Amino acid sequence: MTIYIFDGSFEGLLTSIFEFYDQKPGRIQLVAKQYYVPGMMHETLEVLTDTAKAKRVWAGLEKKLSPEWQKKFYWAYLSEDPKTFRELFDLACYIFSSTQGAYNNFGNPHVIAVTKIERSVSRERHRMKAFIRFQKTADGIYYCPVEPDFNVLPLIAKFFKDRYADQKWIIYDIKRKYGLYYDLHTVEEITYEFVANIDTCKVQLPAEFTDEKEALASILWKDYFNSTNIPARKNMKLHIQHVPKRYWKYLNEKEGKN
Amino acid sequence: MKIFLSMYERIREKLNILADAAKYDVSCASSGSSRKNDNKGIGNSSNGICHSYTEDGRCVSLLKILLTNHCIFDCAFCVSRKSNDVKRAAFTVDEVVELTMSFYRRNYIEGLFLSSGIFKNADYTMERLLKVAKKLRLEERFNGYIHLKTIPGASQELLTEAGLYADRMSINLEMPTEAGLKLLAPDKSHEEVKRPLGLIQNTIKQFSDEKKTGLIKHVPKFVPAGQSTQMVIGATPESDMEIMYSADQYYKSFGLKRVYYSGYIPISHDTRMPVIGTQPPLLRENRLYQTDWLMRFYGFGVQELLNPKNPHLDTDIDPKLSWALRNLDQFPVDINTADYRMILRVPGIGVRSAQKIVQARRFGKLRSDQLQKIGIAYSRAKHFIRCADSPYIMNEPQAPHLKNLILADSSSKYLKVPQNQLSLF
Repeated sequence: MTIYIFDGSFEGLLTSIFEFYDQKPGRIQLVAKQYYVPGMMHETLEVLTDTAKAKRVWAGLEKKLSPEWQKKFYWAYLSEDPKTFRELFDLACYIFSSTQGAYNNFGNPHVIAVTKIERSVSRERHRMKAFIRFQKTADGIYYCPVEPDFNVLPLIAKFFKDRYADQKWIIYDIKRKYGLYYDLHTVEEITYEFVANIDTCKVQLPAEFTDEKEALASILWKDYFNSTNIPARKNMKLHIQHVPKRYWKYLNEKEGKN
Repeated sequence: MKIFLSMYERIREKLNILADAAKYDVSCASSGSSRKNDNKGIGNSSNGICHSYTEDGRCVSLLKILLTNHCIFDCAFCVSRKSNDVKRAAFTVDEVVELTMSFYRRNYIEGLFLSSGIFKNADYTMERLLKVAKKLRLEERFNGYIHLKTIPGASQELLTEAGLYADRMSINLEMPTEAGLKLLAPDKSHEEVKRPLGLIQNTIKQFSDEKKTGLIKHVPKFVPAGQSTQMVIGATPESDMEIMYSADQYYKSFGLKRVYYSGYIPISHDTRMPVIGTQPPLLRENRLYQTDWLMRFYGFGVQELLNPKNPHLDTDIDPKLSWALRNLDQFPVDINTADYRMILRVPGIGVRSAQKIVQARRFGKLRSDQLQKIGIAYSRAKHFIRCADSPYIMNEPQAPHLKNLILADSSSKYLKVPQNQLSLF
């Protein structure tokens, strides 16, 4: 069996599929470079990402996948999960070797696997839309640090741009050390240097960085959250199911609670 | 510094009073509209996003407040009733607009849910609600979600104007039957609820018809997320059957998007209702929602689930399983050949799984391992289905035996709702 090592990018994944069909090496296992642990048993091939080859594979997939599934395929990739990379590879091979509409075959394990991971990515995207709490800085920019399970920033850029069209905002992914900045015209990617003067590990900005009305807005939100609670219906199990504890540090209304 | 603090304290106090008073209206929807930000404004509303959840598991997606909790009425089940000794407060229109915008810009909320006690009279109150909605839409260019309560007795003109700015409008039945309502709120009636529901529904249809003709270029949105209502469960002695028959009637007559069933939270020592200290009927509420879901998404008619022979929902099992056990002659269902309609009725198979099954089986007969991967609750469903590798069964299972088998299996899994005492009505 040959091990294909690719650079972890979406184009790299597509290039690997191209190489597989081009070279016909028999059984292969796909591994992203960041997850590769060298061993002695197998032959390896380092896949060099090639835009032209990637484009051809994607064009082929576009012919056989519905628009909804093309989206699913990309979203599943954003999970950055090593097992998912392999499932996507296997799914592509299955789709290429089947008739139209094979993505509806939920009896096939790769269709199921990719569907499941896409749902998880979709859920995490939805959670970002829900749990991001902006803080207004003294410069008038609305800022929020995040730490999503999957690389969902590309999936929320348009949502926040459309909704908050008349205010500048920054959403910064602490884990992946990059972020999005909207300057009232476009959304651009920014690196950690852009937010170098902020301690991004602390979620709440220090008072001197924030707008004069920020403290009041935050207090009022906490007040509201407490007032709208009905103690007679308390159900912490259900509460935690909806708001897992790993998100609590980003929610100012959970400050001081465990 | 002191003056600054006292300004803080006033708005905080108002918010605490008026959010606390509004929480008994459980409507939380923020989806169903399709408002885009196409006027260089701020905000949009399409999907429902729950920005937070209370400690009792309810979603928080809107800023839900009363404009004022002053009220000229004295409904026994309401915490803001005239005779109740509570602190009263009132927001100004500007305060509500500023709060909403401040929260919205920080992505705390999807929008505003605004209700009110009746102050002076219905029209005066409704006019104030309308002022808030107009200011948000026209001055702030706010395109987020607005849910306005329809004030019973408000004029047609005010209601039809409000519909141009709101995404959803609702008005509450409160008690599921007229008799129940008369016991506790003699000034109120279901007639004054039906009238505005009908008026707004007709106007919605009117706008939608105008849009379909294509003759008018820009037909404005009118209550795009439709209407809803709420029934309080357990304050009065209606049976589950009476409650769901009433809900069914309102869905059919007024094209409602939702009916909410809110377990009564005791707020007084008035012995006509459960008094403070009584557990709210949360389990019963959960079963009612399950029944509502079966009616709206699973193709069940209300009489199949509740009828004079079975006027109460089971507490120990959900209504879908309950129906299946009472209709074992319809099972087993062969998932490789049966209608989608029938697959939906199998306990343990939800809408998504049923759709996947129907799509997947075109590629080959499905086996139990594939069904499990699709995500059905196989340990429950297996009693009701046949698939490609089902073993041949000699005897037909009996309902009580089957029920015990399923319950024994479920008791090891976590129960979604804590077992609250069922109200004794």
